[in-house]
Parts: sequence; C-alpha cells; structure tokens
Amino acid sequence: MPRFARSLSGLAALLALLLPSLARAAPPAASPTLAAVLARGVLNCGVAGNAAGFSLPDSAGVMRGIDADGCRAIAAAVLGDQKKLKFVPTTTENRFTALQSGEIDVLVRETTWTLGREASLGLEFGVINFYDGTGFMVKKSSGVTSARDLDGATICVEPGTSTELAIADYFRVNAMKYTPVEIQDLQEIHNAFLSGRCDAYSTDSSALAGFRFTQGAHAEDFVLLPELISKEPLGPMVRKGDDKWFDIIRWVSFAEITAEELGVSSRNVESFHDTTNPDIRRLLGLEGDLGKALGLDDQWAFNVIRQVGNTGEIWQRNMAPLGLPRGLNNLWNRGGLLFAPPLR
Amino acid sequence: MAVAALRPRALLWQALALGVVAGVIAVFSINASHHLAARHIATGFGFLSAAAPIPIGESLITYTPSVSTYGRALLIGVLNTLKVAIPGCLLATLLGTLIGIARLSPIALLARLAALYVELLRDLPLLLQLLFWYGVFQTLPAPRQAMRPLPGVFLSNRGLRVPDLVWQPGFTGVALALLGGIGLSFFLARRTALAPGLAVRLGAFLPVLLLPAATLALYRPAFRVDWPALHGFNFQGGASLSPEYAALLTGLVLYTTSYVAEIVRGGLAAVARGQWEAGAALGLPRGAVLRLVVLPQALRLIIPPLTSQYLNLVKNSSLAVAIGYQDLVSIADTTLNQTGQAIEGVALIMAVYLSISLTISLAMNFYNARLARQAG
Repeated sequence: MPRFARSLSGLAALLALLLPSLARAAPPAASPTLAAVLARGVLNCGVAGNAAGFSLPDSAGVMRGIDADGCRAIAAAVLGDQKKLKFVPTTTENRFTALQSGEIDVLVRETTWTLGREASLGLEFGVINFYDGTGFMVKKSSGVTSARDLDGATICVEPGTSTELAIADYFRVNAMKYTPVEIQDLQEIHNAFLSGRCDAYSTDSSALAGFRFTQGAHAEDFVLLPELISKEPLGPMVRKGDDKWFDIIRWVSFAEITAEELGVSSRNVESFHDTTNPDIRRLLGLEGDLGKALGLDDQWAFNVIRQVGNTGEIWQRNMAPLGLPRGLNNLWNRGGLLFAPPLR
Repeated sequence: MAVAALRPRALLWQALALGVVAGVIAVFSINASHHLAARHIATGFGFLSAAAPIPIGESLITYTPSVSTYGRALLIGVLNTLKVAIPGCLLATLLGTLIGIARLSPIALLARLAALYVELLRDLPLLLQLLFWYGVFQTLPAPRQAMRPLPGVFLSNRGLRVPDLVWQPGFTGVALALLGGIGLSFFLARRTALAPGLAVRLGAFLPVLLLPAATLALYRPAFRVDWPALHGFNFQGGASLSPEYAALLTGLVLYTTSYVAEIVRGGLAAVARGQWEAGAALGLPRGAVLRLVVLPQALRLIIPPLTSQYLNLVKNSSLAVAIGYQDLVSIADTTLNQTGQAIEGVALIMAVYLSISLTISLAMNFYNARLARQAG
C-alpha cells in the first residue's frame, strides 16, 4: 500500500541522516548538489504527485502542473534536457526529511514559505512560484456563504500542513469552535468531504479550485468561500549551505519571469537569435557569460524557455484550465507580484 | 548468580559484543548530531514545552490548539492509542474465544460459519478493512437526518451521540466504592465457594451493591444529564464516539479476532481427547467440561501466542492515520513535521510503543507464570 511505501521512504531518509555519508569528502568550493546531479545525469525532484494544477499525472501518465514544470525547467537549465528528470512523490509529512537526507535535490511541492520552516529545518526557499492563501470549500446545499458562518463546523484538513496552523489561528482569533478531521491521504480527505463527514474542506485556495475542477459535472455543487485567511506563498526548497545550487533554483525562476516580461516564449524563442535587444541577448546567452557565473552553460535560459516556456505559458497550461484567475500571480506591471531582478 | 560462574573467556566475548553494540550506537549518534549541526536543524526536546498549533478532534483531556504544548498533544496521542488498544484487546479476546470454541462445535453449521469468518478476515489486508469500515460509517445520514434509535441517542456520519451524566465530585467516591466492592466480593466468593447453602454464596456478592449505595447516600450527588441536541452544524452536548474511532476499533477487533480464534482453537485442540472423555465419564455436560477441565489446561498454550496478538493490535493501531483518527503516530507525525525534529519524534514514538509492548508482555508473562504455578 502507498502508506507503507511512504513509511519506508521516510525510514530510508532517516537512515540516510544517521549513517555516515560517503560524499562528505567532496570539495566545498563548487556546488555538491550540482556536482551530484551532473554525475547522475538525472535531477531528483520532489513533488506531490496528487494535486491538480501543481503536479498530477495526466491520462498518459505524464506529470502535469506548475510544480512539475518547475522541475522540468531546472532539469533543462542544468542538464540541457527537461526529460532528464525523476519525479519523486512526497507526502506533506515526509517532504522535508526527503530533502534533508539528500533523497531529492530540490523540493517543488506547493510548500508555504514561513520563518519557522526556514529557521529550523536546515532548508531554505529559493523563490516564490505561486502566491496562494488558505480558503474553505463547502457544499452549496449547506447554505454557508462566509467563513464566519463556520462556528461549530467539522473541517477536513491534511495533517502537517500550514493550513492546520492558519485554521487554528483563525478560529482562535474569532472565538469560534471547530472539529478537525485530519486525514493524511488526499483521496480519503476528498471522500470524507464528499460523503458529508466534514462541513468544510480547507487547504490552499488553488488546491480547492483544483479539487472542484476534478468533480466535473458536479463542480457547481461546491462553493469556495470568499475569505482567504492566510498568506500562503509557495515555492521550491533546497538544503541550506549549498549557495550555488540555491542561486540556480532562484534564477531559473527569474529567467522564466523575465522571458514573459520580454515577450519571449517557447514558440518564438528561436526567432530572437539575431535580436539587438540587449536584455534578450543576455537572457538567451548571446552575450555576456551569466550562465558560467551560475556554473551552467550559456544556453541555460534558452533551454528553459525553449523546452518549458515562460511563466505565462506555464500558467496557461496548468492553472487556467482549473478556472483560477491569475490575480497575484501575474507580472508586476499587470497587477501581480511576479518581479524578477535584472539578468545582468 | 550465574555471572560469577562464567569463565573469563565467556566474559570477554560478552564485553566485546556489548562494546560493538555501544560503538554502533555511538557512531550513529555522533554522525546524526554532526549532520544535524551541519544542516542547521534544531535538536533536543525543548519543543515539548512549546505551544502546539495542532488541531485535535478528540481528546480525553482538555486541549487548546496554539495554547497547549506539544508535550500535551503527544500525551493525548498516547491516550488515544490506549483508548483503542485496551478495549481492542479485551473485545478481540472475548470474540476470539467465542469463535474459537464455535469452530470446534459439534454443530456443523456453526463450525463452518466460524471457519468462514476466520478465513475471510485473516486473509484481507488490515488497511483495506479499516478503509472499508470508515467508508461504511460515512454512509450514515447527515446530522440533520440523524437516526434516533433511542430518545437522546443520535447516530449520524458525525458519529454516535449519547446522553452523558454530568460528573459530580461524589461520583469519584462511588466509583471507588464500586471497585472496592468488586474486590471484596471476589475475595469473599473465593472463601465461600465451597460453603453449603446458596444464601451464603450469594451473600458474598452483597458488597458490590452495598458499598456504592452507602457512598451515594453519604454524598448525595445531584444527577444531571447532558442531553445532546442539534445545534448549527453538529450535535452539542452529551458524550460522543467519532466515526474514525469506531472504524478503527471495529477493524482492529474483527481482524485480530480471527487470529485469536485460531489460537484458542489450537489451544483447545491440543488438550488430549482423554480429558474430554474423562469429564464426560464423570457425567459433566459438555459446557462444564470445557469450562472446568479443558480451558484451564488450554490457557497455558494460549497465553504466549495471545500476547503476540495483543502486541500486534497495539502496533497495528498506528494505521489510524489513514482514516483520520489521531493516535500517537498521527500527532507525532504532525509534530515532527511542524518542528522538523524527525529523530526526536521517531524516538518518542518508539519509546512509547516499546513501553506499552513491554508492559503487556510483562503482565502476560506474570499471568502465565501464575497459571504454571497453580498447575504445578
């Protein structure tokens, strides 16, 4: 059963922490993670694997979502091929251990950036790839129209998430009571909510939209309540102490934003080979040696854009079908929060 | 003691083995602390006294998320595990004994039905059975359409709600008196078991009634009943049993029962046929032979494997997380996820299960040794 497999992988991760690692003798100058990925020829990328819009296999078994594309972009930048990638499914509960122990090179798993996590886990967030907030979904038949109506409600949540913390705070501040039902398996949570075991289902609003989308014809029976009770900036995580690797994760994301800003997409990127725009020339590695500075080749951003696309394309491919408005996840000059420092 | 009789060479080997084990543990812990420090991961058990923002659905003691500590949350986890494990072991023993005896019944239909039960429940994975029962309990009606088998009793997909007696200080005294009464009666009943006259033998049971009654008269606590009522989303008031708990207990008991039944059957079958025949020759009915002759002899064979089943039930209860019952593993998982202290969290889980398991083993071994003394 999956749970058993998960426990095993958690145990393996713990053992990896306990046992002496053979890689400790590696020279500290370069990035040990980059060196390991190059030697392996494959990027091990931790994802959820069960969240529509973030990472969920399609009918052909191909992992789809912005987290999945985040993994592809890193593989394209580092190894030159977005297919040199292994998706490692992680749960909310074993994700940090998997990264801490080196089982995965990077965690792209709709994980909320918080001070507590960054300060105590030995991990750090590279960048924000999705601006989200905790929301509530209820059945339309319940007649609930606001989170304030949820006093006394039973709420389904996934254990080990920042949703738990947000709900605990929200109900405490508003002097309301609730009964949590904490189920680890996403499918079982959905079943519990659909069967009426819970009055509300709470998680990131994007995931709620994804859940409603997967209900097909019954999508209209569910209502996303208007309140977002917390800020949930999601992003990829890496281990602390490998600054070069951290730089790569962060700038791959900035390259995608810059590409959208400059109007460079996977479809037209090759037509820019003789452009005179210095920003585009630097982005595509036609001048300067920004790639070398990162420890990559000059084609790194070209490969990302050519093989995966810019932020707008990634959104259109993964989030737009869920009916999610782009909102905060638009470019800074279009009313959103996506803002990349200059590539120079 | 035996140690004094050991030869120096044997002592040397033992010291060497001990040294190897200690060395391995030392290598593990030095490495772990080195890696944890290198990765700036917090260590130590200080988090136990920090406020825990873990929402907990059901708890035997009071708890407020974000106010109570991680230590208290984990204590709730331990209590919730025991809340499943103790009734689980008792019920599985009871049901398992009945079904084990039924398998040896001369009534073919009963024996076949018992065999069918054992084969069916024993051959399906426990996790599957738990998910099945959880699914079954979710098909119950919503709170507004709750079933009402008795006045004040509500059965819905939020669980079972029953009226609850509001606890008065006097009740503790009555409960203690009841316990004392049971103990005294037990003592008296053993003394008077062979006494002539039914009145004397029945009289031994009087303390069970008299002691609590006297305490009640002394304290005169008010009887107030807390009736459950539908209020907003759910029933408020009364005592409740959650669907998660019910599914976990049902699944664990029915699964373990199939193993206990086989152990009981095996134990009974191992008692020589001559014992049955000797009992029958004395003119005892079959039930009396079973109770007075065969079961006492079978018990010695049943206890050791039964202990293993108790241990299995306790450990299997950690599958609770799959169906949303917050046992120790569920709460410890969330704790180590929030604090990032996996090694401490897993060490705590191991320590608690080890303590529970060792306690069970100890108690059962003690019981078995006592049986052996009586027999010998």
